Amino acid sequence: MSEQPKSVESQGLLGWIDARFPLSKMMREHLSEYYAPKNFNFWYFFGSLALLVLVIQILTGIFLTMHYKPDAELAFASVEHIMRDVNWGWLLRYMHSTGASFFFIVVYLHMFRGLMYGSFKSPRELIWILGMLIYVALMAEAFMGYLLPWGNMSYWGAQVIINLFNTIPVFGEAISEWLRGDFVISDATLNRFFALHVIAVPLALLGLIVAHILALHEVGSNNPDGVEIKKLKDENGVPLDGIPFHPYYTVKDIFGVVVFLAIFSGVVFFWPEASGYFLEHANFEPANPLNTPDHIAPIWYFTPFYTVLRAIPNPFGGFLMMCLAIIVLFFLPWIDRNPIKSIRYRSLLFKLNLWVFVITFIILGYLGLKPVTDLYSQLALRFTQIYFIFFFVLWAYSKPRSSGFWTGSFIVLLGSIILYDFFRSSGVDDPSILALTWWTLLIPAAYLFLTLLMPKLSNWDTEKEVPERVTS
Amino acid sequence: MAKDDIDHSRRKTLTNSVAVVGGIGAAVATWPFISSMNPSASALAAGAPVEVDVSKMEPGQQIQEIWRRKPIWIIRRTPEMVQTLGGLTEKLRDPDSAETSQQPAFAQNEIRSIKQEYLVLVGICTHLGCSPEFKPDPGGDLGAAWQGGFYCACHGSRFDLAGRVYKNMPANKNLAVPPYHFISDNRILIGLTKDEAEA
Repeated sequence: MSEQPKSVESQGLLGWIDARFPLSKMMREHLSEYYAPKNFNFWYFFGSLALLVLVIQILTGIFLTMHYKPDAELAFASVEHIMRDVNWGWLLRYMHSTGASFFFIVVYLHMFRGLMYGSFKSPRELIWILGMLIYVALMAEAFMGYLLPWGNMSYWGAQVIINLFNTIPVFGEAISEWLRGDFVISDATLNRFFALHVIAVPLALLGLIVAHILALHEVGSNNPDGVEIKKLKDENGVPLDGIPFHPYYTVKDIFGVVVFLAIFSGVVFFWPEASGYFLEHANFEPANPLNTPDHIAPIWYFTPFYTVLRAIPNPFGGFLMMCLAIIVLFFLPWIDRNPIKSIRYRSLLFKLNLWVFVITFIILGYLGLKPVTDLYSQLALRFTQIYFIFFFVLWAYSKPRSSGFWTGSFIVLLGSIILYDFFRSSGVDDPSILALTWWTLLIPAAYLFLTLLMPKLSNWDTEKEVPERVTS
Repeated sequence: MAKDDIDHSRRKTLTNSVAVVGGIGAAVATWPFISSMNPSASALAAGAPVEVDVSKMEPGQQIQEIWRRKPIWIIRRTPEMVQTLGGLTEKLRDPDSAETSQQPAFAQNEIRSIKQEYLVLVGICTHLGCSPEFKPDPGGDLGAAWQGGFYCACHGSRFDLAGRVYKNMPANKNLAVPPYHFISDNRILIGLTKDEAEA
């Protein structure tokens, strides 16, 4: 009558399942016989930690949804209700709000790991692109979640961000009205942000994360030496420098989870507002369409891009540059084309360039939290310039270049910056602003000198030989 | 069935036409979803005109009303305030209100209002939609050159006492003047111009 189930090695219940579903096969392929390089270090905690935070966010999110009301009249009070009346509601909410910030901390460290060890390079370009899509989805998720408490900063933050679309010529207003479902941020906006925050984006995130991991397991993990472990295998086809993910890295990751949860709990229990950086003070007042908070700052993980937006005086130009600051990251695999993957064997100048980028990103983030002053708006522009030139330098370090290339690109880039300075200060007659303009020119000039002239003037561009096998 | 019996070109035509028809169908089917996100009929209807009594305003005072859920300011300008407007032409981006989208035709003048005493504005910064502060007093923390006006704390845009934006500001348009008219000496109807009301 019926056909015999296919024969499998496993017995009993597992055998019954394996004949119908590739359970043991998947466990082997992705855990016990997935060979990861044996030299993973500290930086390799953050992938699995990101997964942990995702679980925390989904779990706490589900339970928050049981008590939250996505209605402009009720939302603020329902969050207070969660904080005061719901059993352990405060814990659920603080875990969720702290989780949001920790998600970005973990993801930024995870991305920096990729930058350091060249994890985006061939054959891992698609892993990087999928990762960038996850990052963008995460930003959308965080932005829409931030409106839900319906505090005054929720309201005005969303107002400012959605109005960014107004700056698009011709279609701008229609797009932002479509996004809001009204002429201002209103109940319609809150309701749809709720739908997107709890269903649409998490669903997309899960799909992207599965794709990210499948792509990773297809090509195998990179490592701190940037050596392909699949090149050298023993007689059984097992990479010489590989160890099974389970139990070796599952145990390592459990240690990371314990340390992470200790820090996470410390913040949840003792410092959930993080002095206004995780939960902004202006958000403890209900949304008020008539009263903008004195100072609008997005939550910290958006501020580097917000600074880029503010650095450009033309609104549409600022919007474009902000988008470009994110889009350029997608192209990293085709920008940094140097065959050496790991920072360990790259030149001193590559290291300096990377650290300048990290500092630039942090300064941009800091400036985004601060009100606009004459000095800060000059600094915002200067560090925005460095942010973008970083990618040019990264590309330039892909291979040895001629002396003329370095001089030429130094002159062209510095020249364009100075030209832009003349252009933007033509209508300005305030001497203090002019002084700031020209003094801060030293910042990109010094950066260009370091990155584009030092390859000529020193041996700091010497690269090291990459070993055949991993080193530790 | 023998392999030779397959008519490949016929099969290809069928596959392609199914793909095209199905694709068009799927594209058309997205419209209800996209359109459902546009402002609903009730959101569109919530724009009724608002009547404001200005008889109790002090000179130099600002009051705030709501029309279409946007803050609407009415400022009773003193003669000194009105006087500052003439001397700013050089410093303003659009001193003559050439940008027609920002005010009805009746306000396309230096005072940007019907009566020079009463200024009516939509209190939303033309940069990214914050609500600027009314800073009527000259000088102060906005510098000695400040003649009074509106200051947006979000991104630092400055406007004069007619809502006209200064040069080199994040905002690049003057504050909007809503349609309005006087129904009596002291009563303003916000939402309709005189022509629209009589039509």
